[in-house]
Amino acid sequence: MGILCCVCFLQEEEKETRTWNSSSGSKMLIPQTRNIGLPIMNLMRFKGLPILQQLHIEEQLLRTSSENWCIINDGTNDPTIVMGVSGKPAELLEIESVLRDQVPVIRRFTGGGTVIVDPGTIFVTYICNKEAIPDLQPYPRPIMSWSSSLYSKVFQGIGDFHLRENDYVFGNHKFGGNAQSITKTKWIHHTSFLWDFDVRNMAYLKLPKRAPAYRSARGHLDFICRLKDYMSRSTFIDKTVEAAGTQFLLRSFELETIENCSETEFRPSTRFLTNEELEAAAVAGQ
Amino acid sequence: MALRMWASSTANALKISCASKPYLSLSRCFSTVLDGLKYAESHEWVKHEGSVATIGITDHAQDHLGEVVFVELPEPGGSVSKGKGFGAVESVKATSDINSPISGEIVEVNSKLSEAPGMINSSPYEEGWMIKVKPSSPSELESLMGSKEYTKFCEEEDASH
Repeated sequence: MGILCCVCFLQEEEKETRTWNSSSGSKMLIPQTRNIGLPIMNLMRFKGLPILQQLHIEEQLLRTSSENWCIINDGTNDPTIVMGVSGKPAELLEIESVLRDQVPVIRRFTGGGTVIVDPGTIFVTYICNKEAIPDLQPYPRPIMSWSSSLYSKVFQGIGDFHLRENDYVFGNHKFGGNAQSITKTKWIHHTSFLWDFDVRNMAYLKLPKRAPAYRSARGHLDFICRLKDYMSRSTFIDKTVEAAGTQFLLRSFELETIENCSETEFRPSTRFLTNEELEAAAVAGQ
Repeated sequence: MALRMWASSTANALKISCASKPYLSLSRCFSTVLDGLKYAESHEWVKHEGSVATIGITDHAQDHLGEVVFVELPEPGGSVSKGKGFGAVESVKATSDINSPISGEIVEVNSKLSEAPGMINSSPYEEGWMIKVKPSSPSELESLMGSKEYTKFCEEEDASH
C-alpha cells in the first residue's frame, strides 16, 4: 500500500482554465461563482481507491495536516467490512461466513457502526480545522447537523431527505452512514453512501445491538435503500462538490503514493483484522 | 438567593446535584463545575492531591459529547504530556481525543470505564475519573483555569456558537 509522506505526496494537477499563483506555486481552483472570503479546502477525487488506503490518507491528514480537505472516492475495489474503533467482531459479524469467504475486515479510526463497502459505495469525507466553519462547535452533534445542512442542498427536492439519529435517510430508509473523529484542533466527518449494494453482502453483518430507534428492529434489506433510485453517481458527486463550494474555496489535488517514505513518523491505527483475531473473537464471543 | 433557588430546582429537574454540596458552583449553562479543581481549555479537569493528580473530562464536555459508549485509555507506567492526547472517548458515532492538562507518569487507570463507560456521563468528576498521574512539572497546574475562570470560559464558548 505504501506509506504516505504528507509533505511530498501532493502534486498539483495540470488541467482546465483558472489558475491562481501564490507564493507556494500554482494551484488549481474549482470554478465557482462566489468564493470571496471562503476558507480553502483541498479536494481529492478517487475512483475505486481501496478503502484501507482511503482511510490511511484520511487518518494521516487529520493528524498531520493543518489544511481543510474533502475526499471523494467513487466506489472502492473489493467488498470490505469496515468496523468502527470500538466494534466487536462477534457482536457485529457473521464471523464464520466472513472467514469462509475471506472477506477483509478493517477496524477504522473513527467511531460509529459497521458497514460493508464495495464498488457501489460512494465515500465523501470532510476534514476541517475547528475554526474553518464559523459558529460551529467541534462536537459530534453540531458537526453532524452542519453536514446534514450541506447534504440538504445536494438532495433538495429529491426524496424525503433528512438526518435521522445520525444517519442520512430518505423517509425512514438509510442510505448514508456517518462517522467522526475529533482532535484538539480538527475534526473529520466521513460518510459511506449506498449508491448501490449487493444484497448478498448484507448477510455478513449481524443486526447490531446498538441501533437507532427508528430502525425498529428491521432487517438490513428493510432498513436501507439505494441512492441510485434517486440520483445518478455523477449527479450526486457534482452536486456534493457544488454544495461544498458554497462554504469553501475548493482546490483540486492529485495524490501520489510514496513507497517507504522513511521520514514519515505517523503510523495510522486503521488496519485489517487478521484471521487469527477474528477466530479468537469468535471463540471469546467478543 | 432567588436565582440560586431557581437554579437549584432547575438543576434538580436536570438531575444535577448542587445544594447538598457547598463546593459545587453551578454555571449558567447548567454544567457542573467543581471548586478546588483545575481546568484545561480542552475541557479536562485535574484534582491534585499530594503527589498524585487525577484527570477526567468535565461535565460540560460529557454533556456536549453525548452518551459515551467506549473509552480508550493508556496503560499504567506510560507517560502523558501537557496538551497532548492520551486517550479517546466514543459517543454519537464520534471518537474524541482526551488531552492531558499536565505532564507526568501514569500511576493508575480507571479500569471500570471499560465495562461502564457511561460513568463519564453520570459522574464525570468522581466515578468517571480516567487516569491518575504523578506530575513531573507541578508548575503546569498554575497555568490551568480555576473554577470561576472555567465557568466563564464555558459560557463564552457556548455563547459564541
